[in-house]
Amino acid sequence: MFTKLKSLLYNNEVRAIVFQALAVVVIAYFAYQAFDNMMLNIEQRGIRSGFGFLNDEAGFAVNDNFFLEYSPASTNLQAFYVGIVNTLIVAITGIFFASVIGLIVGIARLSSNYLVRKMATVYIEIFRNIPILLQILFWYSIALKVLPSARNSMSFMDSVFLNSRGLYLPKPIMGTDFYFVLASLVIGIVAYVFIRKRSNKKHDETGINTNTIPHFLGLVLLLPIVVYFSFGAQLEYPALKGFNFRGGIDLSIEFFALAFSLSIYTATYIAEAIRSGVESVDVGQKEAAAALGLKNSRAMRLVILPQALRVAIPPIINQYLNLTKNSSLAAAVGYTELVTIFSGTVLNVVGQAIEIIMLTMLVYLTISLVISLILNIFNKKMQIKGG
Amino acid sequence: MAIYSLKETKQPPQSQTKAALWLKDNLFSSSSNIALTFVALYLIYLLLPPILNWTIFDANFDLTADNESCGREGACWSFINANLKMFIYGFYPQEELWRVNTMFGIIVALVAFGSFIKKSQYRAHYIIGSFLIYPVVAFVLLYGGLGLEIVETDKWGGLTLTIVVAAVGIVASFPLGILFALGRQSKMRIVRFISVVYIEFVRGVPLITILFMASVVLPLFFSAGMDFDKLLRALIGITLFQTAYIAEVVRGGLQAISKGQYEAADAAGLSFMQKTVLIILPQALKISIPNIVGSFIALFKDTTLILIIGLYDMLAIVGAATSNSSWLGRESEGYVFVAMVIWVILYSMSHYSKKLEVKFSTEHKN
Repeated sequence: MFTKLKSLLYNNEVRAIVFQALAVVVIAYFAYQAFDNMMLNIEQRGIRSGFGFLNDEAGFAVNDNFFLEYSPASTNLQAFYVGIVNTLIVAITGIFFASVIGLIVGIARLSSNYLVRKMATVYIEIFRNIPILLQILFWYSIALKVLPSARNSMSFMDSVFLNSRGLYLPKPIMGTDFYFVLASLVIGIVAYVFIRKRSNKKHDETGINTNTIPHFLGLVLLLPIVVYFSFGAQLEYPALKGFNFRGGIDLSIEFFALAFSLSIYTATYIAEAIRSGVESVDVGQKEAAAALGLKNSRAMRLVILPQALRVAIPPIINQYLNLTKNSSLAAAVGYTELVTIFSGTVLNVVGQAIEIIMLTMLVYLTISLVISLILNIFNKKMQIKGG
Repeated sequence: MAIYSLKETKQPPQSQTKAALWLKDNLFSSSSNIALTFVALYLIYLLLPPILNWTIFDANFDLTADNESCGREGACWSFINANLKMFIYGFYPQEELWRVNTMFGIIVALVAFGSFIKKSQYRAHYIIGSFLIYPVVAFVLLYGGLGLEIVETDKWGGLTLTIVVAAVGIVASFPLGILFALGRQSKMRIVRFISVVYIEFVRGVPLITILFMASVVLPLFFSAGMDFDKLLRALIGITLFQTAYIAEVVRGGLQAISKGQYEAADAAGLSFMQKTVLIILPQALKISIPNIVGSFIALFKDTTLILIIGLYDMLAIVGAATSNSSWLGRESEGYVFVAMVIWVILYSMSHYSKKLEVKFSTEHKN
């Protein structure tokens, strides 16, 4: 009997089950305690629970709003949507500029030109080692100091205005003719893709390169604009009313401070990823490209970068995720994205901390999951086949 | 047979001497390179003069000047001088500042003594002992008790608070992170599941939402009588956050260990604890040291976020100091100063981590 018990005690599987059961019991106990306390606290403080607050009137105005219908009379749920859209807009803007700057700086860091190389290094070392929040606050304070007040706005052709509140652009009025513009854009893109495919095929068969950039400019950019103006362009111009501009597209200075800081901060990481990607490419590849008579720039574009990006893109996508998460620091300057609107203003009004923080986290988790899904697909596709 | 006389050695031509050759190779090797050089020079011309003018040439270095007499042309460095104590100690009472200094003094002494007894057999005891005793000493010094006057945590601030938050986050998250890393590698399904969910959840959300959770949701989970200190809440949030990142770094180290090590430990008849503590972890941690330091650097940067939940770290002091009516409009000086201090700390940390990487590299060098 005793030996049997002893052998049970030393049986790895039995131990594992006992240990896990214990872990579950302990966690369940604490979760129950926490839940119990929470209910009690909520009752005592008279806080509502549940998601009913989403249908209440929000009652606050939002500075940056791009395409959604929103007014203080809208519901909290609509404010939530505005927050998500604004988060995505600043993230996408940041990702675009961070990629462009990062690519340039990353390549500059490997340049044979001493001055260019050193400048890239200095840029990376400075901006990487300063906390992003500090950079956001710094650029925001600089922008507020340097830019003029609304009355003395810098203006360009009386339709674009820049002042310490933000940038004001004319806005196309979306009537029925807007759908024609949209249709022409779709047609342009389809036509361009077709032309591009044909030129690729021609290149594969004959080796002759066709420059498709004019086609791109003409079909994708020019065509919709021409269609738009041929329908009698209608633009809503921003105009000074009282202390500020009304009408048009309005990009707040908070948006610029945030997008700018996120871009230059994340660009340093992207540059480093690109540098390590390029350095991972075998020297033989560069030499082979040179032996084939490719010029430096073409060797970079056709031989080195495609191989380097396979190594560099996973960390770069991770940086995109970091940038999206860092956009939540908007709370410090008051750009109205998800955290500012929802975990800030709505939380202050409604007071339902648990539901609100949970919803906020859920949005970021979803974004993270989508980005890591993209990363997995990319990794699968980019694996060197065979071997 | 012709006889040739030895010719005199000539100096290399001007274009092949050191400086000229260097210039030619590095700046003017081709037409595109020349263009790049001029673009770079133009960028420097655009950026450098305004920066130098503001920080040095137009700046006022008179450390007794007040906001009015400083002028608005350039930086007013007397702002930093006047608020230096606040930048370092926050709102800690004047007559108790020696306690903060003692706390920092002890750590310097501990490190110095540690490097002094590098070869001693008691070194491990010394390090573990310091890690156990020093936090208690530091807490008593900072907070009070044992005859020292109590200084509430809302008086803590500045660089001191930044360092306290970062240090507590680092020390507390390290063992927890190792636990979660082991949990994620464990064969026990439930343990693994819990670890994976925790790590992926925390890594998927921004730190600021975790800080919000710690500061507004966490108090709801405890009975009403328990009063939660604001700083303690921030520390809990930071630790929970950092734990997930350390866990991932350590997991990388664990995965790099060859299966043979596990099997050899099993074959030697070691228990799970012996295998983990004596064989696996020392190797895994050694491999992950550079990444651990990297994640601490990230944590140090992230500590600035505590200003959003209302704590006065060094960055928040800028706002506090410039909201004082005698120093209105001097944010830029404050931000630049804080940026320089943090930059120096972070830059030396990342250089240290590069040195460690070389030191701990056991790969064969060819």
